Amino acid sequence: MNGPAPELLDRRLLFFTGKGGVGKSTMAAATALLASSIGKRVLLVEVDAKGDIPAQFEHSPVGFTPKEIHPGVLAMAMDTEASLQEYLRLNLRVPVIGRIGPLARVLDFVATAAPGVKEILTIGKIVWEVRESIEGRADFDLVVVDAAATGHIVAQLGAPDAIRELVDVGPLRSQTEWLSELLADPAITAVNVVTTPEEMPVAETIDLVARIRSEVNVPLGSVIVNRVLPELFTRADEETFEALRVPPPRDVLTARVGSGATDVLDAARLAVSLRRTRATHLEYLQQSVDLPLMYVPYLFVRAHGLRVTRMVADALGAELGL
Amino acid sequence: MNARRRSTDDGPVTLEQLLAAKEIVVFCGSGGVGKTSVAAAAALGATVHLGGKVLVLTIDPARRLATALGLEGLGNRAHRVAPEILKAAGIEARGELWAAMLDTKQSWDDLVLRHAPDEETAYRILENRLYTNITARFVQSHDYIAMERLYEIHATGEYDLIIIDTPPTRNAIDFLDAPARMGDFFGSRLLRWLTLPYRVGGKRGTRIINVASRPFYQMADRILGSKFLQDIAEFFLNFQSMYDGFVTRAQAVERLLHDKRTTFAVVTTLEAAPLHEAERFCATLVDRNFHLGALILNKTLPDSLRDPDGATAAGACIDDAGALADELLETGDPALADRDRTARVLRTVGESYRNFSVVAMREAELRAELARVPGVVVRIPTFSGDISDVDGLDEISRYLFSGPTP
Repeated sequence: MNGPAPELLDRRLLFFTGKGGVGKSTMAAATALLASSIGKRVLLVEVDAKGDIPAQFEHSPVGFTPKEIHPGVLAMAMDTEASLQEYLRLNLRVPVIGRIGPLARVLDFVATAAPGVKEILTIGKIVWEVRESIEGRADFDLVVVDAAATGHIVAQLGAPDAIRELVDVGPLRSQTEWLSELLADPAITAVNVVTTPEEMPVAETIDLVARIRSEVNVPLGSVIVNRVLPELFTRADEETFEALRVPPPRDVLTARVGSGATDVLDAARLAVSLRRTRATHLEYLQQSVDLPLMYVPYLFVRAHGLRVTRMVADALGAELGL
Repeated sequence: MNARRRSTDDGPVTLEQLLAAKEIVVFCGSGGVGKTSVAAAAALGATVHLGGKVLVLTIDPARRLATALGLEGLGNRAHRVAPEILKAAGIEARGELWAAMLDTKQSWDDLVLRHAPDEETAYRILENRLYTNITARFVQSHDYIAMERLYEIHATGEYDLIIIDTPPTRNAIDFLDAPARMGDFFGSRLLRWLTLPYRVGGKRGTRIINVASRPFYQMADRILGSKFLQDIAEFFLNFQSMYDGFVTRAQAVERLLHDKRTTFAVVTTLEAAPLHEAERFCATLVDRNFHLGALILNKTLPDSLRDPDGATAAGACIDDAGALADELLETGDPALADRDRTARVLRTVGESYRNFSVVAMREAELRAELARVPGVVVRIPTFSGDISDVDGLDEISRYLFSGPTP
């Protein structure tokens, strides 16, 4: 089942996770852009709040309240404290705002130590927005999450279940039930793992896919392989290339194009080797993961920004057959 | 100000001098920059050039690298990398290379056993369902325990140099706060407040109505449920018994990080996001009076990609591919007998050079923009293969231990 997954954008909640540095934020932003280009309205949630998401749209950082950063794309930065305040306001109708202060501090404190509290405030807010959207109370159709990295995503996705294990009664427990239901629905939710064709990211991806399957009840979507280097030569072409690298052909070339010929040939050699090393990791990934794979090429660009986000969106669109 | 003075000081200008002058080097940087390999390579280089007993404490090495160093399944135990492994790679080591991995759970258990007032309390903590969750999932627990282990190992005085690879965190500076936060955590008034209803009763878990009826506890009850609150309180009550030992230790760990025998090496690639993170990190270290020793630019593209002669040659390969192919035909090389193929290969080669030089230019720009840099800056090229064995580490270490970077 290694083909693309065209129905991916029909879901309501897409998570993007992966090892740090592989391009999660770029994939989340590009997916949002792609969805908006086919007429959907998207809420893009940045969980780590580093400001990477708005930067992909060349927009200034956003806060907890969603803000339109591009036509059809709203963005918000997760803030567990704000999420708690909102929860209290909506669910408990806490009358006196002054009482939230110390309570929030204590809860923040407990959250730092007790499992799942911070995670539930994150995942709870996200899934709540999804439910609002499904029930027609929000002005977007799809929630795209630039989620936590491989180390923390399982705890986040599993938070509703973890809370139920610990909390026996009370509103928190019952609230987690509908959260779990939406998260588990394959028509609604998909977790996508972003990787690069390198040793550690591939190893983490394989581990993560296995952990998500065994530890949480949330459906997986696809694996997105980012920064795939182009194959420069066919086998016959490579023989020709290797012939160019040794004299006399190399000398002929140097005489005609100048002393830079060696630089150029060495650079191509490096490109071929890099591609080859990565190909073995890619192959291992393809063999080890039973999920649709999508490929995004390495982009030889000078700077990041909306133009690059668009290039990635186009690559994803092509993979999805759009 | 500080950074400037430091970089123009008579301080070390090579990594070798820096490592010779320090007992602890903390390698940090964001995920995916190759921190683990660089830290291991620095330890290997120190073994070769400086001698003595060198330990690399690593967090999460790639499996093949762990295997190459004989680290698999070792848990917390430090272990000497067999001299034969180094010899086989053609490395003449003057000293001993030791390696250890960090087992978070084991380290926490050890800590509890050490600080708990008695065995019974220790086991009550170890068996608490919150404890297991906290040590496994509490993100900062990795940061703290790594620093704690560093302290522990340093205190044994067994090693001349300890090189530590920091855990991958969302934010590379999180672990700096970990000792202080741990201290705060157990000494917090909030904690006492939270456990109050359970302490006044004299007997653990006894609820005192007049305290519990306060609005705060009512609210907490409504959200969390009283059973959960009670679990939390019980856990903290037990944990608090370790307070003194714990806080004293956290303070000692913090002092060690500030000690002049300790230095920090920041690892980054020349990509925008990790580099900005590295810059922020360098600034934070200096502002907080930690010793910023070195900046290591990893996986950089070769300067030959920015050579004007290279650009000229690449342009000619693309524009004159046909004519060049004709000329190359005359060499009589059978691999160059197909004129169209040769022309195609020449164009591909030229275009590939142009592509990679765009990236190399971007790297050079980012490097030029670096504001505050420590005295030692080392650049390591991108290697075509993975760093998965001692040979690979040796290759990195040769760059780490070469002279100052121009």
